[in-house]
Amino acid sequence: MAHVTFKGGVFPHKRKRFTREKALEKFRPGRELVYPLRQHIGGTAVPVVAVGERVLEGQLLAEASGDISARIHASVSGTVTAIEPRMTASGRELLSVVLENDGLYEQMPVEQPVPWQTLEPGEVLRKIREAGIVGMGGAGFPTHVKLGVRNAKRIRYVIVNGTECEPYMTSDYRRMLESTEELVEGLRIVLSLFERATGVFAIEDNKRDAITAIQLASGSESRMEVRVLETKYPQGAERMLIYACTGAEIHGGQLPADAGCIILNVETLHAIYEALVLGRPVTRRALTVTGKALKNPKNLLVPIGTLFEELPEAAGGFGKKPEKFLSGGPMRGTELPTLQVPVLKTTTGFLCMSKNYQERPGVCIRCGACVEVCPIRLLPTKLADIAEADRQDEFRDMNGMECLGCGSCSFVCPARRMLAPSIQTMRRKLLTQGKR
Amino acid sequence: MEEKKYRWMFPHVKGTMTTAGMMRMVLLALLPAAVFGTFHFGFRALLHMVVCLVTCVLTEFTFEAFADRPLAVTDGSAAVTGMLLALLLPVGAPLWMGFLGGVFAIAVIKMPIGGLGKNRLNPALSACAVLMLAFPGYMKDYSFGTYGAKTLLGQLLQGQTVDPFSMLWGGTNGSIGAASALMLLVGALILLGAGVIRLRIPAAVTAAFTLTLFLFSGRGVDQLFFTTQILGGGFFLVTFFMATDTVTSPITSGGQILYGVLIGILAGIFRLCKVEEGVIYAVLIANLVVPFLEEFTVPKAFGYRKMVRVSQKRR
Repeated sequence: MAHVTFKGGVFPHKRKRFTREKALEKFRPGRELVYPLRQHIGGTAVPVVAVGERVLEGQLLAEASGDISARIHASVSGTVTAIEPRMTASGRELLSVVLENDGLYEQMPVEQPVPWQTLEPGEVLRKIREAGIVGMGGAGFPTHVKLGVRNAKRIRYVIVNGTECEPYMTSDYRRMLESTEELVEGLRIVLSLFERATGVFAIEDNKRDAITAIQLASGSESRMEVRVLETKYPQGAERMLIYACTGAEIHGGQLPADAGCIILNVETLHAIYEALVLGRPVTRRALTVTGKALKNPKNLLVPIGTLFEELPEAAGGFGKKPEKFLSGGPMRGTELPTLQVPVLKTTTGFLCMSKNYQERPGVCIRCGACVEVCPIRLLPTKLADIAEADRQDEFRDMNGMECLGCGSCSFVCPARRMLAPSIQTMRRKLLTQGKR
Repeated sequence: MEEKKYRWMFPHVKGTMTTAGMMRMVLLALLPAAVFGTFHFGFRALLHMVVCLVTCVLTEFTFEAFADRPLAVTDGSAAVTGMLLALLLPVGAPLWMGFLGGVFAIAVIKMPIGGLGKNRLNPALSACAVLMLAFPGYMKDYSFGTYGAKTLLGQLLQGQTVDPFSMLWGGTNGSIGAASALMLLVGALILLGAGVIRLRIPAAVTAAFTLTLFLFSGRGVDQLFFTTQILGGGFFLVTFFMATDTVTSPITSGGQILYGVLIGILAGIFRLCKVEEGVIYAVLIANLVVPFLEEFTVPKAFGYRKMVRVSQKRR
């Protein structure tokens, strides 16, 4: 019996109708673009350009430092005006390369890439690394490391995460509709690395058009299939996705590869296609710019490094007074400290909310709703109590380190407790102490 | 920017259920039984409700005002307690009984331990049990109109044969809220439909209760006997509205089932011992072992339950 979903989870309002019919549009950024040198998990990239130097679109700005790191490329042509710490969406300052856009969009000449079919797996991985590809669904794990697992034969599934379970977000959906062939070709490239694997497009059942499109495009592929999943949050979380597609449960200390799976976001797969077939590095990404505060929400192709403050204008400006700006969706997104921060490779959306739902947290009435929805089967109310009292050993005993941080518990809590933030704060604290 | 307690404030959208909303739903679900009780037993039933409600709400308000606690009486939980207490009283009881019970429920059971969410025992049930033990003469006298002091269930427990049909729609005596099983079922459906309660606990209670009676009553499949047992003694009122009280029931799903089974068995035993209101005591006893039940039913976290296996291609 095929699992079409996992147990638990929540059903927030989808709010996808704002943008689901809006085709991806190219966005022209303003004068200044900022490229933080760490948009990925791993070492900070090392700048290879000097202040005052002119760079072209697609030119390397910073080289990866070590194996677990990623290159950063310019997304416009212009002049390097500074290399200095700049504020980022996470609220922290990171060393960044700052470009002044000259508006010419002069591209770095690309040599005609050799057909990927003729490449050895090692060369494919090298091209992916050179293109600076990281997990673009938000995690930012360098893709060449993920695909470079030691024993490629044990990988049985390459799962393309097209669930897009976050409310409001539709950029993955548009990619699947508009770049169907490219995605199928991208999956062919990845499957060439894993000879025993099946490629699975995992898509939630509210994206009928995307399912049909992918089914048509991949119908003749013997090594690909489309898996239709229930529309539920957090269906796109790696561990939930693996369970829904294969029935295997992995815990927080394991990697998808331990269950024989590789998971790639739709946007990441598209980047792989561009790198291997067009020879282009990651310089832009699809982004849903939406929210009730905007007049004309849109899906945009945004150059990496664009400042968030430029995006609302492209989406018709504000129709209502914006109360809250989020990078990402309403479930897992983070509130932006200021709009003068850049879009990163891992930015999945920009949400301008017209209402700021702030309710005073009440006391737990032990209704058990959080327990019911926790996809990891934790007891969020107890974990939050433990976290708030800073009882670290107990927190670990109760499997607090397993928390996904999906926020389902906080979503359903009738007392509006800050369950997920409490647990995640504690979890991060323990992680930085290095005691897992 | 101001310092925030958490760096991650998420999610930024919330579900529709709130504590106050849940309490309002419970009050709404109790309305059919309350309205029926008023029509059936007369104006005095309404008086009981007013006394209990006002007492509970005012007691909580006073407590919060004097103990300098944040004012939480607006969440409606005190009103629910008051309403439930009134529905548990026999209509002939003196009005000060509701006052006494209300003060006890809030000022002794609920607030000293920390208020909503902290009490181990269900306030309305505790108050009712204490009143029954202290004033059995008043609390077990269900006489009203032409009906005698004994309910049909009471007569059954005395060994008489009764026709339980009138208990279903409510043409009989009993406590104010429990006269009509039908009205309580309507309320239960409202709660289930709105997602305020889950079927787990009531189902487990009913199953275990019936099974206990079946095994040990020696009545075999005596339909009249079972119907009377289930319709009488406030069984529905207690099972659907008090055993499901979120505060005093376990948070784990396994714990909820065990809790229901325990209540069912205890209630069955009490009934076999001819204690008419046994289900009330059963819930209170089960309330006390909730922490124990929870500890033993913590589910295994995702990924720890079964060995990781890579399944073959599924079709």
